[in-house]
Amino acid sequence: MSEQRPAAAADRLPVLKTHKVYVGGKFPRSESGRFDRALAPDGTPIANICRCSRKDVRDAVTAARAAQAGWAARTAYNRGQILYRIAEMLEGRSGQFEALLAVGGTAPDEAAAEVQAATDRLLHYAGWTDKFQQVFSSVNPVATSHFNFSILEPMGVVGVLAPESPLLGLVSSIAPAIAGGNTTVVLVTGSQPLPATTFGEVLNSSDVPGGVVNILTGRQDEMLAPLAAHRDVDALLLCSPDPDVARSAEIEAVHNLKRVAVRPHEDWTDIQSPYEITDLQEVKTTWHPIGS
Amino acid sequence: MQSATATASFESPPIDAVGVEERVARLCSRSIKKDAKLQALHLTLSMIDLTTLEGADSEGKVRQLCAKALQLHAALPDLPHVAAVCVYPALVGVAKRALEGSGINVASVATSFPAGQAPIEIKLLEVRKAVEAGADEVDMVISRGRFLAGDFAYTADEIASVKEACGEAHLKVILETGELGTLDAVRRASDLAMRSGADFIKTSTGKIKPAATMPVVLVMLEAIRDHYLRTGEKIGMKPAGGISTAKDAIRHLVMVRETLGQDWLDPDLYRFGASSLANDVLRQIVKQRSGIYQSFDDFSL
Repeated sequence: MSEQRPAAAADRLPVLKTHKVYVGGKFPRSESGRFDRALAPDGTPIANICRCSRKDVRDAVTAARAAQAGWAARTAYNRGQILYRIAEMLEGRSGQFEALLAVGGTAPDEAAAEVQAATDRLLHYAGWTDKFQQVFSSVNPVATSHFNFSILEPMGVVGVLAPESPLLGLVSSIAPAIAGGNTTVVLVTGSQPLPATTFGEVLNSSDVPGGVVNILTGRQDEMLAPLAAHRDVDALLLCSPDPDVARSAEIEAVHNLKRVAVRPHEDWTDIQSPYEITDLQEVKTTWHPIGS
Repeated sequence: MQSATATASFESPPIDAVGVEERVARLCSRSIKKDAKLQALHLTLSMIDLTTLEGADSEGKVRQLCAKALQLHAALPDLPHVAAVCVYPALVGVAKRALEGSGINVASVATSFPAGQAPIEIKLLEVRKAVEAGADEVDMVISRGRFLAGDFAYTADEIASVKEACGEAHLKVILETGELGTLDAVRRASDLAMRSGADFIKTSTGKIKPAATMPVVLVMLEAIRDHYLRTGEKIGMKPAGGISTAKDAIRHLVMVRETLGQDWLDPDLYRFGASSLANDVLRQIVKQRSGIYQSFDDFSL
């Protein structure tokens, strides 16, 4: 063996990265111990990723629930700062994300454009965190002697079925949910999971408290039903063009009358709006008695 | 009352701490699923001493806890009831009235819980008052200071006189293992308590950490086993403090089954002192029956 050795550099064993899931601010493997292969478009295996089970979903919901009150209690301004920080960290690792998108089959210039768009999307929602409340809250005219006003409150724990769009779609579904004070359990079931697992590392280095975003990789048919039925999940954001997927999840979601928002987009370039935030907010109206 | 010198002059076996840890780790790796899990969860419910021991406890709080004991979860009327409700002596009467005819015992902590730093006369008076008010079970604390100073005779006498003051009521002796320091001391205190008249030995007050850790409980279970083999007398065990999940509780049941056998899987001989455990067990039972993960929001306080 030794006489056939080529030059030292080429001889080096590559250090292959294990793509783990992101739950409660930590990077565990699936409790099931199972894994799947992430494949390049030509079928070449490029990495092993965790194949999460319903128990991973359960643990992620526990982590998200534990983090929710603290995250919602932060000032809107501070949530904006943290979203901005995520954008900063993503920008700093743009080369890595471009490479990951390229491995998945995206052309290099498109990959660069997608990473930039994802970064800009974070900035968009960073700006909205302390403004959507001003725009969408109201003082309501009523015919009795009450001061009547409506404000928005986060739904709580939001289950997200991440879209096929591996980075821009992912960021566009997570950012509005957490901008409004929700915590999330994100199921990554598309053909390109590596940008999502790497985005977990970005979140972990961005002052985002553990548990605010939890990212699980695996198969939709194993994870979506337990998440949709889970009574401690308050809302679902289903990013899938398949109406059957949305329908079956909505049926599971009736157990505790979850809010269900469906996003069938395949192109996420223009999907940014404060309404993406308000779709995951609950309106609270207060009737405050006043003297006539 | 037994004589102090007779109860205090015996040798407890030394404890192999590493061996205990290893045994615990092995027992904790057992997997209890499906029907066996459901059975274990029901058994756990029937062993719980639903507890409130706060300075802020009021009559209303105790009545609310008793209501919870009487009906753990309205959607599941076929559940077993808890073993007892555990309160401070001043609130025993309230609990007794609320639980009348239900078969649920009222337990009262006494002897200047949790520190136990009061003159013996006051402790005994507190025990008598609690029993007069209707307590079926008394949870006493030992004087850890005297025990750690090596005054075993004092500790033995103290337990024996409290037992006398209890009359018909069952006596649980709290060792407060978190303050005893070593497993050897835990074993010695367990032996001492059982020889002095304890009906149950209990790990902790729940006021300091660590409380009912698995190694401590295993050492106490082994003390109970040795006492049974020596005298034929079955002493009960009550871990308290820090057991808040159904998973922990099932691990305890496995350990009891493997150390003491089937007889101790009974509310008469094994109890959990806990406040939040019941809701986690309920959550698991509903999950097990419905297949749907549950929220704590769906269960009463």
